[in-house]
Amino acid sequence: MRRVVITGLGLVSPLGSGHEHAWKRLTAGENAAKRIEEFEVSDLSCQVACQVPRGDGSDGTFNPNDWMEPKEQRKVDDFIIYAMGAATQALTDAGWKPTAYEDQIRTGVLIGSGIGGLQGIEKASLLFAEKGPRRISPFFIPGRLINLASGYVSIEHGLKGPNHAVVTACSTGRHAIGDASRLVAFGDADVMLAGGSESPICRLALAGFAACRALSTNFNDQPQKASRPYDRDRDGFVMGEGAGMVVVEELEHAKARGANIYAEIVGYGLSGDAFHITAPAEDGDGAFRCMSAAVKRAGIDPADIDYITRTAPRRPWATRSNSPPWSLVRHAAGKVSMSSTKSATGHLLGAAGAIEAIFSVLSLRDNIAPPTLNLDNPSVATAIDLVPHQARPRTIDTVLSNSFGFGGTNASLIMRRYAA
Amino acid sequence: MSDISERVKKIVVEHLGVEADKVTENASFIDDLGADSLDTVELVMAFEEEFGCEIPDDAAETILTVGDAIKFLDKNTAA
Repeated sequence: MRRVVITGLGLVSPLGSGHEHAWKRLTAGENAAKRIEEFEVSDLSCQVACQVPRGDGSDGTFNPNDWMEPKEQRKVDDFIIYAMGAATQALTDAGWKPTAYEDQIRTGVLIGSGIGGLQGIEKASLLFAEKGPRRISPFFIPGRLINLASGYVSIEHGLKGPNHAVVTACSTGRHAIGDASRLVAFGDADVMLAGGSESPICRLALAGFAACRALSTNFNDQPQKASRPYDRDRDGFVMGEGAGMVVVEELEHAKARGANIYAEIVGYGLSGDAFHITAPAEDGDGAFRCMSAAVKRAGIDPADIDYITRTAPRRPWATRSNSPPWSLVRHAAGKVSMSSTKSATGHLLGAAGAIEAIFSVLSLRDNIAPPTLNLDNPSVATAIDLVPHQARPRTIDTVLSNSFGFGGTNASLIMRRYAA
Repeated sequence: MSDISERVKKIVVEHLGVEADKVTENASFIDDLGADSLDTVELVMAFEEEFGCEIPDDAAETILTVGDAIKFLDKNTAA
């Protein structure tokens, strides 16, 4: 199979717009959680979220008008606007702007979202109940559909290759990048723009996730303490929003045009728990097989892994050091660092795997493991470095990044510093 | 008539994101103002909302220009 590398990054996140800005804040230990002020939350059990900072586009703020015409913004939910921002950033970063037909048909788009346009569905539903069917906009459906992120991006940039989308809850962004790398490896495209986008922060989503008992509810008065992965006192996730995009490219194609190569995607694994709609399998078997498949595909030894990042809302096996997933990384214990950037950005659901992949790429580039904030008392005793509170400068050549989502859907990516 | 004309033009400017001086009575929504078929559906809905009337589908199909909209609304709304 053809070798696949990452040549461009684009990010719209609660830590700001632009991957360099967000990475600087992340590694400085900054935290994006705030009390929600944009809408009424007094009757909701979770009143905290990590929102994209909006502004005029300077100093890492996100200005929607920089990425999409105002009249188009009116028609779509924020997840499409975030996708447009991150996509344009990633293509610009990669220096890839296909204008010849032959290049356009070899460049595809694969952007996922966990839920799509829930904010717009909430609003339209209220309007429908109040005023009836004749007030529902013709843009209601196309502006909420998950694959319309790929659709809008492809139209904006003239990308005529494979046009696809992923919906696998918290694993969405990771699957999008993994699947895109397969499409490039198999020759269906030479370049794929891949990632995830999400804009879930509305009353309906907060009520729904709270009903699943998935959200943090004990820290409404101390928002910055609410997202605390691996910590004894964690009580659920904090919702985030934004989009992460990477340009996935065939190695020879990237070399021929002199592109900057951030990392090589060497392993990708997928599995299913077949256990429960929201609860993860008790023994972590699905997660173990997923990581193992990626390790096997990469042709590496688990002990080669330097850094692990993961998205896994409340895994019971994570607190039992004799569970299979731990056995896999135990080889690397004492050497490997594992952190959760969700502690700083909140959980971006379908975009989480994509923004974590971007942070993984930057950890390789800069040899820094980003911190796990609020990790005061680890809930499990482990020799693995969980990078509490502060970023850790260290050698990072190989990264394993995992997502385990609702529905028992698992994805693992292994990326390595590119070497000819 | 002039009141209706101004309200129609304001809606067209807002929904299609075009300059006000391009919104003349002869301007065709699709050919001159960059609208697509979904935009025209939404425009008709916006006229209904603004003028508190109902524009049946067969009538909506005949509203192709800014002037068509003004004429229809002038005839069918109690000023």
